[in-house]
Amino acid sequence: MENLLMLPLVLPVLAAIVSLFAKNSLNFRKASGVFFTLAQLVVAVVILVKVYRDGILVLHVGSWPAPFGITLVADMFSAIMLFFAGLIGFTVSVYALGLMDERRLKFHFYLLFNILLLGVNGAFITGDVFNLYVWFEVMLIASFVLITLGGERKQLEGAVKYVTINMVSSMLFLAAAGLLYGKMGTLNMADLAMKLQNDPSSNLVASSAMLFFIAFGIKAAVFPFFFWLPASYHTPPVAVTALFAGLLTKVGVYAMIRFFTLFFIPLGGIWKELFLITGGLTMLIGVFTAASQYDIRRILSFHIISQIGYMIMGLGFFTPLGIAGAIYYMGHNIVAKTNTFMVGGMVSKLKGTFELKSIGGLYKTKPYLALLFIIPAFALAGVPPLSGFFGKFILVKAGFDSHHFFVTGISLFVGLITLFSMIKIWNEGFWKKQPEEADEVVNYAEKKVGFALVFPSVVLALFSIGMGVAVGFFFDFCMTAAQQLLEPSAYINAVLGK
Amino acid sequence: MSNPYSNIFRMAATKLRPLLLILSLVVLYRGHQQPGGGFIGGLMAASAYILYALAFTSAEARKKLPLSTSALLASGLAVILVSALLSVFSGEPFMTGMWTTVHLPFGQELHLGTPVLFDLGVYLAVTGVLLTIMFDIIEIE
Repeated sequence: MENLLMLPLVLPVLAAIVSLFAKNSLNFRKASGVFFTLAQLVVAVVILVKVYRDGILVLHVGSWPAPFGITLVADMFSAIMLFFAGLIGFTVSVYALGLMDERRLKFHFYLLFNILLLGVNGAFITGDVFNLYVWFEVMLIASFVLITLGGERKQLEGAVKYVTINMVSSMLFLAAAGLLYGKMGTLNMADLAMKLQNDPSSNLVASSAMLFFIAFGIKAAVFPFFFWLPASYHTPPVAVTALFAGLLTKVGVYAMIRFFTLFFIPLGGIWKELFLITGGLTMLIGVFTAASQYDIRRILSFHIISQIGYMIMGLGFFTPLGIAGAIYYMGHNIVAKTNTFMVGGMVSKLKGTFELKSIGGLYKTKPYLALLFIIPAFALAGVPPLSGFFGKFILVKAGFDSHHFFVTGISLFVGLITLFSMIKIWNEGFWKKQPEEADEVVNYAEKKVGFALVFPSVVLALFSIGMGVAVGFFFDFCMTAAQQLLEPSAYINAVLGK
Repeated sequence: MSNPYSNIFRMAATKLRPLLLILSLVVLYRGHQQPGGGFIGGLMAASAYILYALAFTSAEARKKLPLSTSALLASGLAVILVSALLSVFSGEPFMTGMWTTVHLPFGQELHLGTPVLFDLGVYLAVTGVLLTIMFDIIEIE
């Protein structure tokens, strides 16, 4: 049954093949695109349950034993991330049915969508540093095409920034992996972790560690490397932005947590302090810049950055509770962030614009939409009993327990400003009257939202509520994952078979 | 429409196409033990058709292809997937290499296995991608 781990990689490739063969039937391509994302979600749930029950799953691809071949590994952390990738993949693919125009769909939107998921899934389950680089590239190439798909002038402008900065990040990643290989002679993560533990001169890998920090920091949009994200995320269609916002930055955070818990923090050095400082600054700067924006997508884009800060801060605490909090927060943020973008897309479909100054009165005309917005928005702001409250609660408790009062205080303050931003969208978009001078924009808009847009948003909203109400259930998974991350011997033994 | 190219170029493109295709298959097969392989073989196969498209038109080159360019790409991916999955169906880990020897009539042996099949998939996919890109560029002019 170890071959189970190949399915998150095989399914998207199969989706691509089917989509290429079905050149003439757009409906079939749509149906198969959605079907394969659903299949990935089901497989991810199976893997999550199996890892929770039986421990770490390992697949030696091509029967080559570690550290010689490429190993696929799913521990709890990977399995949780795989599950959220599946959830977002499925919901966004349904959402895209109702939103994407025919021209973009004809240019193989669903093929690229599945290839992007292939890269994300691969990055979550690989046990090899260079293989992780390859999955990052798969993900990036698909995202490059998705962000330019449609070829509007604004999109191309955003894409130039996005592509350039991500190429720089990939080069740094490659350089870091090269240095690491030169020093340690292996790139298998488990083997590397073991050798670093037993190597007295292992502090020499600090140069690679710093390069990894910058490379993943760029992908995760951490201070001071976040500037590319708000410059590009608001340009593609909102279904693409929702997918990117939910998953791509979190792959960077995943890689950061994986590398620094497994390799670098146990070696000592300034890493924990560095994470606390960058985490704090990321939270603050993201939330302040968001407060000054008036385009829904831009507000939400800046909030992605501020939320990433919480996860980095959790890693900086480096206690089981801190890491578990960071993982829980990632899950919560993936769901809530994607959902706010989805609702933003619905608003723009009804009003023809994302500009808050020309929107208003939605609470009166579409009360259910207001409800759909308020759930993920309040979840992001951290209002109980939604998921964000418990995410912040766990992180704050971890912060106080480990006596990091200052950065924890910042995180509480940032939560307040987040609430302010969300209330701003609420006031401007839903509460105030529709501005009269904006009537000509409304004429472009449509009257109805449509089931395909509402359904995924409802699913994610229910999930946000569920993660809050059944917090013990979800936190149990995160705590197991955190304990595995802080005790890497189980991971090492599972991969190297000792 | 008058022909911008010489008849010599056209004749050469016509005669070189089968030669290049055969050579590309040779390179593909020897690639497992020696320099060569699916990627370089695919490039050579694509060059045969690109040459033809330059001498005549891309539409005529498309006609000479057994499949459309995107179907070539798709079948390449499908062959790769099948080669990776064959070992799964016989209970081995994903992508494990499986080999068999075919005896040819004149006492020669052909060493075939899933890695060769994988390479064939790469060959088809590279041909498909390259021709998709090149035909599009030729047709923009």
